[in-house]
Amino acid sequence: MNTPMTTDALPAAPGELERPAPAGAAKRFASRLGIFLLPWVALILLWWALPYTGIVQPALVPSPAAVGAKFVRLMVENSLWLDILTSTRRVLIGLVCGIFVAVPFAFFLGWYPPARRVIDPLVNFFRSLPPIALIPLIIVYFGIDELAKVVTLFYASFFASVIVMYEGIVQTNPVFIRVARSLGATDLQLFWRVIVPVSVPHVLTALRVALGVSWATLVAAELVAAQRGLGAVIQNASNYFQIDTIYVGIICIGVVAVLMDALVRVIAKRAVSWQDRMNP
Amino acid sequence: MSAAAPRIVLQNVHKSFRTGSGETLPVLRDISLTIRDGEFISVIGPSGCGKTTMLNILAGFDKQDAGTVTLDGKAIDGPDAQRGVIFQDYGVFPWLTVKQNIGFGLTLRKNVSKKEIGETADRYIALMGLRGFENAFPKTLSGGMKQRVALARAYAVKSQFLLMDEPFGALDAQTRSAMHDLLLHALEEEGKTVLLITHSVEEALYLSSRIVVATARPTRIIKVIDVPFPYPRRPGLHREPEFAALQHEIHEMVMQQYAQQQKLSAQPS
Repeated sequence: MNTPMTTDALPAAPGELERPAPAGAAKRFASRLGIFLLPWVALILLWWALPYTGIVQPALVPSPAAVGAKFVRLMVENSLWLDILTSTRRVLIGLVCGIFVAVPFAFFLGWYPPARRVIDPLVNFFRSLPPIALIPLIIVYFGIDELAKVVTLFYASFFASVIVMYEGIVQTNPVFIRVARSLGATDLQLFWRVIVPVSVPHVLTALRVALGVSWATLVAAELVAAQRGLGAVIQNASNYFQIDTIYVGIICIGVVAVLMDALVRVIAKRAVSWQDRMNP
Repeated sequence: MSAAAPRIVLQNVHKSFRTGSGETLPVLRDISLTIRDGEFISVIGPSGCGKTTMLNILAGFDKQDAGTVTLDGKAIDGPDAQRGVIFQDYGVFPWLTVKQNIGFGLTLRKNVSKKEIGETADRYIALMGLRGFENAFPKTLSGGMKQRVALARAYAVKSQFLLMDEPFGALDAQTRSAMHDLLLHALEEEGKTVLLITHSVEEALYLSSRIVVATARPTRIIKVIDVPFPYPRRPGLHREPEFAALQHEIHEMVMQQYAQQQKLSAQPS
């Protein structure tokens, strides 16, 4: 038996298990930084070494240094930062709108099983349509302006998040509901005091999923006559066969997406610190 | 004990479930039982019988098909704070601290001040030996401590009844034994009427004033045994010959039911 028998007699002070001793904090930080950097350094090394292996034509794979130089030049001469900002803003607007609509929708579906049975097939139908296939229709209905791009991103984030959320809400431990009932909770109290807090982790997971899907959809959204934005940068570069610029655009998308995901994770860690995680 | 007023009365209660293939599966058959004020009743019987269904009906989570279930003469219709339920997997809310969990029931009520909630929670934190853990989240607690939180939570709303569904089944032997004494101590401090569902004859005998022996599905009550030991239970009661003899007798009864159930389920249907 692995469980120590003395757990009840000599319990650890609350929180003791999570907080490292101050003396080891610096060391832990260094090791975590190392673990964080390792895959990126390895990736850049691999990228740098690739042309020397003869597998690919060196002309088709610009070196990390060349891409870095291009990045700096694009930032200074072509205001690349404006493209990054534009894309980030589009993703954020689409994401926020998508989540905003998805949350009440998911609660409704999670709460009323009959509604779920009716609507679930529809959600699955729309969820599996790739946004890029919908672009022609979006142009017809929403034009080619900013609205069209945001609608595309809204679509993507809504359907990606709603299913994650209501599947989570449906799995609420029935014992919690029974306990609340036997303590005298009304329907409304049950919803606000049990279902909502239980669902917070699922909403945050949905946010992360939707964030990833939104960035993945961005290039498609910006195919529509976009003047600025990272998707537009990649599109234009592809017309002129500027492989180094394509690399810059792709890396920018990845980096911003990773940073935003890290931000959501920090928020999630604070918001649901009560959660029992398998991998803290 | 027999002079105490009857509180919960089950009369000729029947319950069946519909299986996935559309058959009707009788679970409870003609259950009649009177639970008097201040009694501690244990229901013991082979696993897979309708014990939990019986508790769910008493709690108000489920409804019988036939017969009546009344509390002080009124039919039980849905769960309420009068009947606290303690589950095997605790049901402690992970997003609330120990103190918030214990105060939860009172926060649902109007006209209860924050101060009153805090004081009530503190009182049961002390009674259940949870001092020093007020602000801990459940993930840091052991199973035994979570069960204490669940007990304190039911105590805080002054529920008159405790319905306990194998509450100590997931605990190791030492913790379970400590929980038995803690429960008896709490009941001494503040009396409640208890219905405990258990597998363990020893547990039933040590804790309760009456033991109901149930049969395999469909569950019937075959015997109700008055436990002859006085409260407070004396230390070392487990090792007394009278206790052992009674434990053996009840164990035999349960094993007989178990064997019958095995025979029934072995038959081709």
